[in-house]
Amino acid sequence: MELCFHCGEECQDETILYSEKTFCCSGCKTVFEILNSNDLTYYYDLEKTPGISPKIREGKYDYLQNKEIIEKLLEFDHGNTQIVSFDIPSIHCSSCIWILENLHKLHKGIKSSQVDFPKKKIRLSFSSEEISLKDLVLLLSRIGYEPNISLDHYEEKESDVDRSLIYKLGVAGFAFGNIMFLSFPEYFEINEFWLDQFKHLFRWLMFSFSLPVVFYSGRDYFTSAYKGLRSGILNIDVPIALGILVLFLRSTAEIVLDLGTGFYDSLSGLVFFLLLGKFFQQKTYSFLSFERDYKSYFPIAVTRVSTEAGKITEEQIQVYKIQKGDRIIIRNEELIPMDAILIKGNASIDYSFVTGEAEPVEKVSGDKLFSGGRQQGGIIEIEALKPVKQSYLTQLWSDEVFSKDKNSAFQNLTNQISKRFTYAVLGIAILSAIFWMFYDASKAWNVFTAVLIIACPCAIALAAPFTLGNMLRIFGKNHLYLKDTNIIEQTANIDTVVFDKTGTITANDKSKIEYEGLELTEEEKNLLGGSLRASNHPLSRSLYNILDKNNISTPEDFTEHTGLGLETSYRDLNLKIGSSTFMNRSEILVPERPAEKKNEKTSVHISSNNQYKGCFSFHNSYREGLSELFKELSVDRQLIILSGDNDGERERLSRLVPEGTKMYFDQKPGDKLRFIKDLQKQGNKIMMVGDGLNDAGALAQSDVGIVISEDINVFSPACDGILDAKRFRDLGSFFKLSERSIKVIKLSFLLSLCYNLIGLAFAVSGNLMPVVAAILMPLSSISIVIFTTLATQFLSKKLKN
Amino acid sequence: MSIIYLLLAISVIVAIIFFIAFIVSVKKGQYDDVYTPSVRMLFDDELVKPDSENKQPLNKVKSE
Repeated sequence: MELCFHCGEECQDETILYSEKTFCCSGCKTVFEILNSNDLTYYYDLEKTPGISPKIREGKYDYLQNKEIIEKLLEFDHGNTQIVSFDIPSIHCSSCIWILENLHKLHKGIKSSQVDFPKKKIRLSFSSEEISLKDLVLLLSRIGYEPNISLDHYEEKESDVDRSLIYKLGVAGFAFGNIMFLSFPEYFEINEFWLDQFKHLFRWLMFSFSLPVVFYSGRDYFTSAYKGLRSGILNIDVPIALGILVLFLRSTAEIVLDLGTGFYDSLSGLVFFLLLGKFFQQKTYSFLSFERDYKSYFPIAVTRVSTEAGKITEEQIQVYKIQKGDRIIIRNEELIPMDAILIKGNASIDYSFVTGEAEPVEKVSGDKLFSGGRQQGGIIEIEALKPVKQSYLTQLWSDEVFSKDKNSAFQNLTNQISKRFTYAVLGIAILSAIFWMFYDASKAWNVFTAVLIIACPCAIALAAPFTLGNMLRIFGKNHLYLKDTNIIEQTANIDTVVFDKTGTITANDKSKIEYEGLELTEEEKNLLGGSLRASNHPLSRSLYNILDKNNISTPEDFTEHTGLGLETSYRDLNLKIGSSTFMNRSEILVPERPAEKKNEKTSVHISSNNQYKGCFSFHNSYREGLSELFKELSVDRQLIILSGDNDGERERLSRLVPEGTKMYFDQKPGDKLRFIKDLQKQGNKIMMVGDGLNDAGALAQSDVGIVISEDINVFSPACDGILDAKRFRDLGSFFKLSERSIKVIKLSFLLSLCYNLIGLAFAVSGNLMPVVAAILMPLSSISIVIFTTLATQFLSKKLKN
Repeated sequence: MSIIYLLLAISVIVAIIFFIAFIVSVKKGQYDDVYTPSVRMLFDDELVKPDSENKQPLNKVKSE
């Protein structure tokens, strides 16, 4: 099969030859033409088949003519210059950067454009006199870079990026380098006249460098320790803050009283390494959003129809302005933003966002439609029952689980250990101080502070951020994107995995279709192809896609019965295609089918000249490696399938999954949420694996919520992690790796404990020299970082194949 | 040897200048996107010339 020159997809339905190149659709050809006529074919030299085949719908962006909406979207608007930023999910290679930054060659109204590749964003400056916002968006869509404009963009303006950690790290690093430099002569205690002369100056310089380190860079540790203490928790920041404080006070006391150089180098080094650990942990997948709610999927505006004095007017209004009773027009592939009643048109609503049910539901006028459904087919007119904010789907987000912060409740390993650690350190410090009080009272104070300094759990605090931060990166490379490092620790504790069915363990678009019955003749097949092509029904379309299309005869007579089927004829052949009720109504006997088959929810029956021929049955097709994955996971975990679908697939599914896997069907979004809650009450640690908005509540409630997504850029509700559907099979390995990372952390704890014990030996015996601290503290930090990095790299070798 | 005061002052001032430059560059967002500029600089500024062989047919089409 030929590959499209523009997008690289297989040319399935038709192959367009143009300029000695093949294209899969006219959209791709158009893009090529546009680029070619503007001398922009360098696009294709940068990467092979870099394009995305464009899909634009008529009237989709009409709302961009509404002044109010334009105003909200524009970042800057004055005179001849307008600036706007768009999310463009289809940015994927360097060709995309090139073409998007050369947009000014496509239209003279565009002044400049800049792409932010990691965030998949473009910032455009244009002149609205020469190109309107709508035309700009249409231009982008036409060349295959359709921007994603949703309700989310309407509500919030870009917030400032939090860069305080980088500043703090910069300050600490700057001070660390300079202090090391200034304290170098005194490490060797050289009795040299000039160095002796200047050492006071050096010391006071070190002191002034350390001030911003303690009071700016290290500030977070003090506040965190204070907050922890106030709520009665001894977190890891308590001993750290204590260490920093004692280091600073003792060093200052030393230079004021002219006793020694102090430990400013260790102090700044400690803070620098700690912040480095935080920075490492702070890996963000900026092009993904883990906090999505319905707003990311809802349109900004809809078309309202109003009749005034017999005249019908259509206008684009902001979605929040819809009132009860407004008439709205929904086009093909558009989302219904509020609960409504169908007035006109053939509705075929795909509720897969909401219920997980994959097959579209037919509705006739007068039926109630719920928000979140997607219209498939022609234009429909609906009447709003409730404003957007009160509709069924948006109500789900008012549940308390969405406002609760999961992580605050989770006690991580570092904090568990630090509790005992703090007690031990304080104990040793006090005991040794008491001992020295009797033995040599002059040294007691020194020993007390020395113990607190050397025992500062810098290495322990570094172990987890570096191990987990590195693991996060490795997972990311393997297409599992986690929100933060705590998720890895949580994953290691999971004992129950709950799967959603549709879209999660079944592949989204690929229904398997089987034919059963008498074989169709060549003529019948040709007419079937022709009739299906003429039909807009989603089932017809998916059936049409799998049929052989050698010859197609265009039906001479074609009638579509809404919600039932098609009647079509060509010469003396008459075909009826549709549901079994449709067959029964035409008094065609549908043969009795075995119970197991009957349950399959979707089948298309065919009769020819009033003779029953057979039926096409649609199965869900399950993801590859499903059985193996379930077998692997079921060894030490409980598995549950929680589906919004009916139980038509129960039998087939139970043959695929190991025995003892519990299955629950017909679960509404609220049921799923409650189900998870009940399991948690029994003390289970739960991972929820889901995909749609219908799982959003369960995902938020569970300890770890993972979303399976075919296209990670486009769709995923609020969750803790996003897994590329292609890597579904590897879920088991991700579990294993999480468990092993916890082992790595524990080993590093052991390693850092050794350092602390050696250091303590020096400290307790009253021999802690600045040079000992200066060697031991960075050494322990650096070796922990090296150890965890190497260990995680070694562990992840298994994944990279 | 009191020159060391001057040298010290200079070295600290230089260090602080670099530090301020760092803070300013972070503030201006230079480190927000560290990938795209690295790709951007590899693009050739000039447009494709019709000299290479595989681009000949494209230009023929254009003139049609």
